[in-house]
Amino acid sequence: MKPKFAMYWAAACGGCEIAVLNIDEKVLDLDANFEVAFWPAAMDVKYKEVEAMEDESILVTLFNGGIRTDENEHMAKLLRRKSKLLVAFGSCANEGCIPGLANLGTRESIFDCAFDNPSTENPAHLRPQIACQVPEGVLTLPPLQAVVRTLDQVVEVDYHVPGCPPESHQIAAVLDVLIAVVKGEAELPPKGAVLGAGDTSVCDECPRSRDVKHIDKLSRIQELPVLDTEVCLLEQGLMCSGPATRSGCNSRCPNVGAPCIGCYGAAPGVLDQGARLMAAIASVIDAKEPEAIDRVLDGLPDPAGTFYRFSLAHSLLRANRAALAEQE
Amino acid sequence: MTDQFEPVIIGFTCNWCSYRAADLAGTARIKYPPNVRLIRLMCSGRLDPTFVLKALSEGADGVLIAGCHPGECHYLEQNYKALRRHRLMQRTLAQFGIEPERVRLTWASAAEGAKFAEDITEMVEQVRKLGPLNWPANLPTKPVPVGMVAAEIPVLSEEVA
Repeated sequence: MKPKFAMYWAAACGGCEIAVLNIDEKVLDLDANFEVAFWPAAMDVKYKEVEAMEDESILVTLFNGGIRTDENEHMAKLLRRKSKLLVAFGSCANEGCIPGLANLGTRESIFDCAFDNPSTENPAHLRPQIACQVPEGVLTLPPLQAVVRTLDQVVEVDYHVPGCPPESHQIAAVLDVLIAVVKGEAELPPKGAVLGAGDTSVCDECPRSRDVKHIDKLSRIQELPVLDTEVCLLEQGLMCSGPATRSGCNSRCPNVGAPCIGCYGAAPGVLDQGARLMAAIASVIDAKEPEAIDRVLDGLPDPAGTFYRFSLAHSLLRANRAALAEQE
Repeated sequence: MTDQFEPVIIGFTCNWCSYRAADLAGTARIKYPPNVRLIRLMCSGRLDPTFVLKALSEGADGVLIAGCHPGECHYLEQNYKALRRHRLMQRTLAQFGIEPERVRLTWASAAEGAKFAEDITEMVEQVRKLGPLNWPANLPTKPVPVGMVAAEIPVLSEEVA
């Protein structure tokens, strides 16, 4: 009998599932070596069927998405129990990713923003309810938790595969290792390892030339009249997250003239990606007087959202103080 | 003993000026509140914002950063770097709901024991008024192990994938 494979999405966008399908014919290897036991994006299996499975009967579960709702938490705990190996797959499960940015506000502010903004028509100021009586019975929605948490803040995690989404060639390499393990041709990597990524920073892989940096203005890419195709983007005044971000993507964005936005998370040895970026950016600003420094910093209207775009939920502070205070 | 709140403040001082200012305050028997725990760095430019976030997330109510006066840095201009990092940190911390008074940057030369003591006294009073920070993020999170990367995993080239 083939070992069982599962993939589940919690607070995520679905991009991780697409990235897995982007491995093209490699997905056939997956099918040849595993029985897919549970994968809501690809096939219909009910939660209660997972609940009925024996504990640890799934060999490996790729879990993408952060923990935003009670349902996410329930599924994380359930799949932890049912799986021998639980892999935090993609940036959301590892670091909260874009959904984690909501940690900068409270639940109330999230609802206000989503249901009462200038582009919505909601004169009665309706909000989603966790239970609603209709003629057929009671409809329920899982409650939103105070903050987004990462998978390893909720259950024990065996491996980490970073990236938003993980690059397809990296996914294929990780699947190859799993298949080799199943065939008895390879040992499992040490528990807690980061798989499918590099062990240096994006800058290290970036082919652009680097020199002494003197930034006297931080711009958005559309504000630059011309973009040099050879020179470091940070040197050209674009906020690039390469210095603090883990390699593994072959510096895909800087290669085509877009600054790194940090999706592979903190580089090895970096405790807090945003703090390291603050250190890096502030170091190269070419100003000494407070007013001049502030003029340069005005080019970064949302520093927390920029420095922690992917890693807020796994950072040292994790969330805004008011949001954290709502935690049970 | 009174029940008033005693804030815990972590002070990062530079080896050449502000740490010596604290030393001078000691030898001159100038009193300042005992709420500050000083950590000596070689230079205020060594201050990584990570230190500040770690202090605040693990129980400190405030962080004091003290360096040499502008133009007087032992390493030429690293205190300007500290200034830039401080201003950037203040903007970022505001988005986390942390008041600016909790992270203070000050300059003190080796001769300014009295000024350093005044700065500390003023900061302790400000943070005392703000109350405990008590950052509620202390979930046990294991840091991702350093260097534990799948170096042995053959990474396929993009064409194959």
